[in-house]
Amino acid sequence: MSEMNATDRVGGTKPPTLQLSGLHKSFGTVEVLREIDLTVERGQMVFVLGRSGSGKSTMLRCCNRLEEPSAGSIFLEGQDICARGVDLDKIRRRIGMVFQSFNLYPHLDARRNVTLALRKVLKLGRDEADERATSALDRVGLANRADHYPGQLSGGQQQRVAIARAIALQPVVMLFDEPTSALDPELVGEVIAVMRELKDLHMTMLVVSHEMAFAREAADRVVFMADGRIVEDAPPEQFFTQPSEESTRAFLARYSA
Amino acid sequence: MSAWDRFAETFLNGEVLARYLPSILGGVWVTVELSLLIVVAGILLGTALACLRAYRIAPLSLLIVVFADVFRSLPPLVLILMGYFGLPNVGFTLSAFAVLFVILTLTLAAFTEEIVWAGITATPKGQWEAARSTGMGFSQTLVWVVLPQAVRMVIPPLTNRAIAITKMTALGSVIGVPDILNQATTAQSFSGNASPLLLASALYVLLFLPLVIASRRLEARFAWRT
Ligand SMILES: Nc1ncnc2c1ncn2[C@@H]1O[C@H](COP(=O)(O)OP(=O)(O)OP(=O)(O)O)[C@@H](O)[C@H]1O
Ligand SMILES: [Mg+2]
Repeated sequence: MSEMNATDRVGGTKPPTLQLSGLHKSFGTVEVLREIDLTVERGQMVFVLGRSGSGKSTMLRCCNRLEEPSAGSIFLEGQDICARGVDLDKIRRRIGMVFQSFNLYPHLDARRNVTLALRKVLKLGRDEADERATSALDRVGLANRADHYPGQLSGGQQQRVAIARAIALQPVVMLFDEPTSALDPELVGEVIAVMRELKDLHMTMLVVSHEMAFAREAADRVVFMADGRIVEDAPPEQFFTQPSEESTRAFLARYSA
Repeated sequence: MSAWDRFAETFLNGEVLARYLPSILGGVWVTVELSLLIVVAGILLGTALACLRAYRIAPLSLLIVVFADVFRSLPPLVLILMGYFGLPNVGFTLSAFAVLFVILTLTLAAFTEEIVWAGITATPKGQWEAARSTGMGFSQTLVWVVLPQAVRMVIPPLTNRAIAITKMTALGSVIGVPDILNQATTAQSFSGNASPLLLASALYVLLFLPLVIASRRLEARFAWRT
């Protein structure tokens, strides 16, 4: 993790880590995403806010094609991931995803939750995979829970294992879909702490979350979605103090109340 | 003669039991061997079919569903009789043992396919998504993530069904497979005494009760660790 792209980050000539351009998504006749343009630069943490149903998850899931975009393109470090003939599995190993409901494998302990993809996707040997898993679990503060099964872990711990599972693959970007919404309030902090640490390591992150305080403190940019569009895209200070859109103001008023 | 004496004479006749014990014990081996073969082959085949069905290739899925539905609705005895008495007429002769093995294996496979398929579809979508998002392929996800969970979920119905179908090895007595029941009915007709049948019942209990108990343990063992 610490060695993660450390050298080529300085350059700045590289294309953005993630770029959505003219993205559309319809489910049947219902248009859920319209003309989405979003750029996530290397090392940035971009927060996505919006009401329920505004299309946040759908946009995130298009980024690794768990959802197939209807139109538009998505570039990962300049590579069009929707182009014909791309090896989707190869792309996905470079994009970490963390789900609201953790989605750990219940039949595997924490270590093997992390090593599975290392073994099957990266084809690492057992020792090397174990080593990487240990350091990923250590990074989220759970090295001492490596042989616990998901059912033996708290929600916060499960989500941290899920983060370890994703970062062990050393992705170039991490997608978080409401990583703390399923957690009891007292467990939110530990997950936020891990995300903050990733941010300090310059992990590129696209985060859907309603943790406003965290967004304000840690985000490089905050975008606001309404009806499948991005209606506001600003640095956090400006976003929270002087949003340009009426809908953003209404949303913030409701959430800060 | 008291009622008890008459009962003992009919069902617990030591002399008859002693005479036919060796052949009936020989039947135990046949039953055990057949049962093991059927359980292993039937569950493997059924699981493989359920996995194939997961690829959702329409014509293939249709074939699998038709196979499973037909074999689940036909009484195995009908198929066993057809296989043993019918197939030779079209130039295809199998031993009684082979017919019994094939039919019961296919029957168990049909049920296994449906049961494991139910487990596969009951595995949360999030499990697929989590695995696929790490770059695992469809087959890898099926084998390493979904199937292990699906099988655990369905162990109770699966073991029940496996036991029910292995017990049907007794149907082999109709076509002359020398299993426990066949040996016992032969002994019964030669001796004119029902004691061998009681012995056969006792042997079935001895064979299958441990399985029933083991299946309980298996369920407990594979429950999620919490
Ligand atoms: N698989 C699907 N089929 C049909 N409609 C869908 C599907 N997934 C999402 N939608 C619809 O798309 C819209 C956007 O959903 P999405 O889950 O992206 O919203 P969201 O902003 O993440 O909301 P939430 O805050 O509730 O998670 C919703 O109206 C939803 O009903
Ligand atoms: Mg959502």
